[in-house]
Amino acid sequence: MFEPQIMCFLCKWCTSAAADLAGTSRLHHVANTINMRVMCSSRVDPQHILYAFKEGADGVFLGGCHPGDCHYVEGNYKTLRRIALFKKMLADLGIDPRRLRLEWISAAEGKKYAETMNEFTEQIRALGPLDLNDKALVREVVKDE
Amino acid sequence: MTVKTKKKEDKRIGLFVCHCGVNIAGVVDVKKVAEALKDTPGVSMSTDYVYMCSDPGQQMIIDTIKEKHLDGIIVAACSPTLHEKTFQEAARLAGLNPYQIEIANIREQNSWVHSDKDKATKKAVKIVKSHVAKAIRNENLEPIKVDVKKRALVIGGGVSGLQAALDIADHGYEVILVEKNPSIGGKMIQLSETFPTLDCSQCILTPKMVEVSRHPRIKLLTYHEVDSVSGFIGNFKVRIKKKPRFVDEKLCNLCGECEKVCPQIVPDEFNMGLSFRKAIYMPFPQAIPGTYTLDEDHCLGLSPVRCGKCKDVCEPRAIDFDMKETIIEEEVGAIVVATGYDLYTMQALGEFGGEKYEDVVNGLEFERILSASGPTGGVVRRPSDGKVPKSVVFVQCCGSRDTEKHLPYCSKICCMYTAKHAMLYRHRVPDGQATVFYIDVRTGGKAFDEFYQRTVEEDKVLYIRGKVSKVFKEGDKLIVWGVDTLTGKKVEIEADMVVLAMAMVKTDGVQDLLKKLKISTDIHGFVAEAHPKLRPVESLNAGFFLAGCAHGPKDIPEAVSQASAAAAKVGDLFAQKELSHEPTVVPVNDELCSGCGICVTMCPYGARTLDPSKGVVDVNEILCEGCGACAAACPCGAAQQRNQTDDQIFSMLRAMLRE
Repeated sequence: MFEPQIMCFLCKWCTSAAADLAGTSRLHHVANTINMRVMCSSRVDPQHILYAFKEGADGVFLGGCHPGDCHYVEGNYKTLRRIALFKKMLADLGIDPRRLRLEWISAAEGKKYAETMNEFTEQIRALGPLDLNDKALVREVVKDE
Repeated sequence: MTVKTKKKEDKRIGLFVCHCGVNIAGVVDVKKVAEALKDTPGVSMSTDYVYMCSDPGQQMIIDTIKEKHLDGIIVAACSPTLHEKTFQEAARLAGLNPYQIEIANIREQNSWVHSDKDKATKKAVKIVKSHVAKAIRNENLEPIKVDVKKRALVIGGGVSGLQAALDIADHGYEVILVEKNPSIGGKMIQLSETFPTLDCSQCILTPKMVEVSRHPRIKLLTYHEVDSVSGFIGNFKVRIKKKPRFVDEKLCNLCGECEKVCPQIVPDEFNMGLSFRKAIYMPFPQAIPGTYTLDEDHCLGLSPVRCGKCKDVCEPRAIDFDMKETIIEEEVGAIVVATGYDLYTMQALGEFGGEKYEDVVNGLEFERILSASGPTGGVVRRPSDGKVPKSVVFVQCCGSRDTEKHLPYCSKICCMYTAKHAMLYRHRVPDGQATVFYIDVRTGGKAFDEFYQRTVEEDKVLYIRGKVSKVFKEGDKLIVWGVDTLTGKKVEIEADMVVLAMAMVKTDGVQDLLKKLKISTDIHGFVAEAHPKLRPVESLNAGFFLAGCAHGPKDIPEAVSQASAAAAKVGDLFAQKELSHEPTVVPVNDELCSGCGICVTMCPYGARTLDPSKGVVDVNEILCEGCGACAAACPCGAAQQRNQTDDQIFSMLRAMLRE
């Protein structure tokens, strides 16, 4: 069975805390995801997402605070607008926009976090591996070391 | 602030993998993790231990840092929210910069949520590897330090401003209290009695006003306005405009001779225009400071040629027609915004006739009619002909909770003050009928619902659930058309007077002031709090604090509590020798910055400004909270977050994803 790799960017104040809560509550979920903690979902640049795809992620997840709850007041709204636009661009680059998911998960929603990880992994599994071989454009857009 | 740091090629990183008993080691093969990482570039040693957070565990870390001359460490253990501080402190003891510590979360986000040992171990290796990639690129950082001026500015002399000023002064700090009107006291001093205890408003407020005026650490500036504010938290420069009073406060002995001879008659603001005052006047008998003020707009001309009668009779020679507007400059460390509220205009609700009929009044006008110090001496008389009204209709939610035409929010105090109005009216006019139209009765507050029940049961006030559609005049009566939504029937009531519970709105003209302060507001023009739950009395803009209705509708106890809370926060700020701020902010690389200003628009804290002379963005690091929204938006990579640079994020992604 295809085991997708999923890169998760989690905001420190809400979704990363939810992932911690899923841990303290021992809510087992798939091990296909790997987390990076950022200060705010708005710290995530579309470049980072594209780079994650290029480096082998089959799906990218972005988690932030619920609207109105952002620690930095409006970072999540900025993310919302940025991602809506970026999804259109993803389609143009030949990457199915469903491979990118943005969710608001509060620090109290450990269960929602675990369920979302399972569900998103299944979705990516159904989409199959991301093959970037013929997508030279992506390689051009993202820089490399 | 960054401190000299070794290049990433020269860094020596130590890795410490924690077993956490069986919490981690039961699922993750910790030895394998330590082993897998030992040859990663940059890692100079790796080990595992049963409990890293224990004393021997920490000691081992301290000793190893010294022994192996480590430049950074990674502790692979529980969530950083638990022990990041613990290990930073241990590192500090070993002489390492605390910003060289990385915590790899392999417990909450790995061993506790996975059961497949092989998968969990592989995942742990990837997590730790990503932190190595970051650690070799971490800079040594020092907290940003800045001095604090231990003086506060309070804007607004209503009950909130007074309370905030008193509390800050009692903490031992100097306060400058600025009030635009001739006297302090705000809206509260105009109220008759206060719910739910029916305390006389003036009786409870005037002692506070006197206390403020006599406090050795409060500099009271009435009839002054804030002109401009520059600087930042701890270091504001404020320009305050002194409006000419034309009467020397120190010389005026309140004899009142000037008022007697003044020929100019003007509607009295204190009595909401229900009575008159002269152009030279005292707003109300207990006004503080106790002095007359000459109202320039209504004076015949500030000249002995035009009139000058007041000047002729002033024995202490307190009147000076040549007074000019002057500017005072003050330096303060914190600013409390307590600018209060205004009422929604009755004009906006034309169907209720507030502008047309004298006997349709707003809540504050009715307060003056009820007040013992009011135009009728506390006898309820209607404005048109002075008759005692035998039927009064009270209309709640005038403008509030109307998403379509007016204001979507609840003004919060109207349910309670309408109950109070109706109750006091029934006490003064025992044979009168009080009718209240309401949408809901909201009485959330200590002893509030009991008060409302008393109004209904003991004072026999008739509550009709429904809205009023129209108020019009027939003879000397006002006809109120409404609907009772519980029975579904139309209602018509003949009234002698109608009292409209107008919504609370932002103070008229306050937006100009808030623009000068550069602080953010919500969509209704009320000052926005930094966080609705966690930082309710601070503005988003560092160094500004909120008190009272400037922040949104509130009753007196809430306004006073918020003022005390704001004062406590100011005290927190002033208790620090110097301000210390997280250095993980987002500076600008001048050489890369194109001056597009996109990051300026991204910053909710006003930390970034475009410097027109240099053509690049200037960052005030003390204001930057380090969210990184600007870094993600910068098109040229000039804005990089310290210790979370794009380079670090890209290298972490490589470590996590590249097989």
